[in-house]
Amino acid sequence: MKLLLDKILKIFLLINLLFFGITAKSSEDCFPPKPSMQDKYRFVNDFAGILAEGEKITLEQDLRAFSDTTSNQIVVVIVKSLCGMDKAMFATEIGEKWGVGRKEFDNGVVILVKPKEIDGKGEAFIAVGYGLEPVITDALAKRIVENEMIPEFKQRDYFRGIWRAVKIIESTAVGEFDTKEYMARTHKTSPVFFFVFLIIMFFVFYGIGRGIAASKYAHQKGISFWQALFLADLMSHMGGRHRSSRGGGGGFWDDFSSGGGSFGGFSGGSFGGGSFGGGGAGGSW
Amino acid sequence: MNMRNIKTSWIVIGVIFLLGIFAVSKYNSLVAKEEKVEQAWSQVENVYQRRLDLIPNLVNTVKGYAAHEKETLEGVIEARSKATSVTIDPTNLDENALQQFEAAQQGLTKALSKLMVVVERYPELKANQNFLELQSQLEGTENRIAVERKRFNEAVQEYNTYLRKFPNNLIASMFGFEKKAYFKAQEEAQTAPKVEF
Repeated sequence: MKLLLDKILKIFLLINLLFFGITAKSSEDCFPPKPSMQDKYRFVNDFAGILAEGEKITLEQDLRAFSDTTSNQIVVVIVKSLCGMDKAMFATEIGEKWGVGRKEFDNGVVILVKPKEIDGKGEAFIAVGYGLEPVITDALAKRIVENEMIPEFKQRDYFRGIWRAVKIIESTAVGEFDTKEYMARTHKTSPVFFFVFLIIMFFVFYGIGRGIAASKYAHQKGISFWQALFLADLMSHMGGRHRSSRGGGGGFWDDFSSGGGSFGGFSGGSFGGGSFGGGGAGGSW
Repeated sequence: MNMRNIKTSWIVIGVIFLLGIFAVSKYNSLVAKEEKVEQAWSQVENVYQRRLDLIPNLVNTVKGYAAHEKETLEGVIEARSKATSVTIDPTNLDENALQQFEAAQQGLTKALSKLMVVVERYPELKANQNFLELQSQLEGTENRIAVERKRFNEAVQEYNTYLRKFPNNLIASMFGFEKKAYFKAQEEAQTAPKVEF
């Protein structure tokens, strides 16, 4: 009896191990977690521990200031392993899952480094968000990796290589999106409010006009004001005019809410929700 | 007796009404998920098109330096026209259609990697700025293809999983929603053609 119980227990453990043991080791667990707002380092994520504290502070301050002044977000990620993924896929997934860059511009960049010291193969990739693809082309990203990063990485000066890459990316990206443009674009919300005001006024005057027309009509036909208004309402429903104006309203509100939602993250959330599609280039050493 | 009949019929009507609302909400989620798959598919087509657009320029550049690699160059052109001819109706993403698409694109991938091997023999070409640019663009396109394939597979997986769950499967079969096909993971397609500088 005890033997049977033992067997059942063993099988149970085995099943547990099969289901949970394997899932725990999947690439999802290996994938670096998104830093939160409260983290001391958001823009510099050194999971391999190759940067000195002072270097990390310098980089973090620079990248944070760059994000605050130009809205472009550059994130440095240094990992021990690529979780069995291709480096391009890995860097792109970090950008997409973390949401690096502003949502409305997709102006994020992920600099991924896997140091050679860990398993003998060094890998670097610069993943570029959709919005920056026209300026930081694959060819440019390739050149930055090959000429600025890898020579320094070979000397084991990881900070210098990353710093040089960051400086070039910053000077290139700033031409595409800077704060002035960012402000100009986000200020489009104020004409929207004006538009709302106009529409409300239109309906108010339209209502008053209809009220006057209805009261005139009521006077002529000898029916009550409310009856006249009801009749007019009925006619407009039949004519289909009512529906078209409401359809327009719906679309308008959709646009309005999406415009408002994306603004929230600028000074708040850890990153801005930018999107990546595989742009950029990398190399190994 | 009569009162009781009326009561039960109201209950039946109520239940049918609730079931109807339930079915409509399931149906709508199915539509939304299917739409997502189709959107992901159009992204897949976009990036493959990007590769097709790159080829004439690439072939011309290589021709200028390696004119007598006629066979390889023609192979690329032929594979390209084959890949161009295979188009898929995004509303009918079944196993068969996807396999055809995959075969044609795979042919092009092979022809391209063959070309890239041949190119190694021409140091002058490898030093050409225009060629280097095209090369990194080609690499970037392969990366984008890998990304969009993965996202497509994720969208299909979400749709298929939802479709097969009970009671969604009943509603799906009622309205003719069908399982969609995945891209198969292929070693060659997963990694961009290796280009050494």
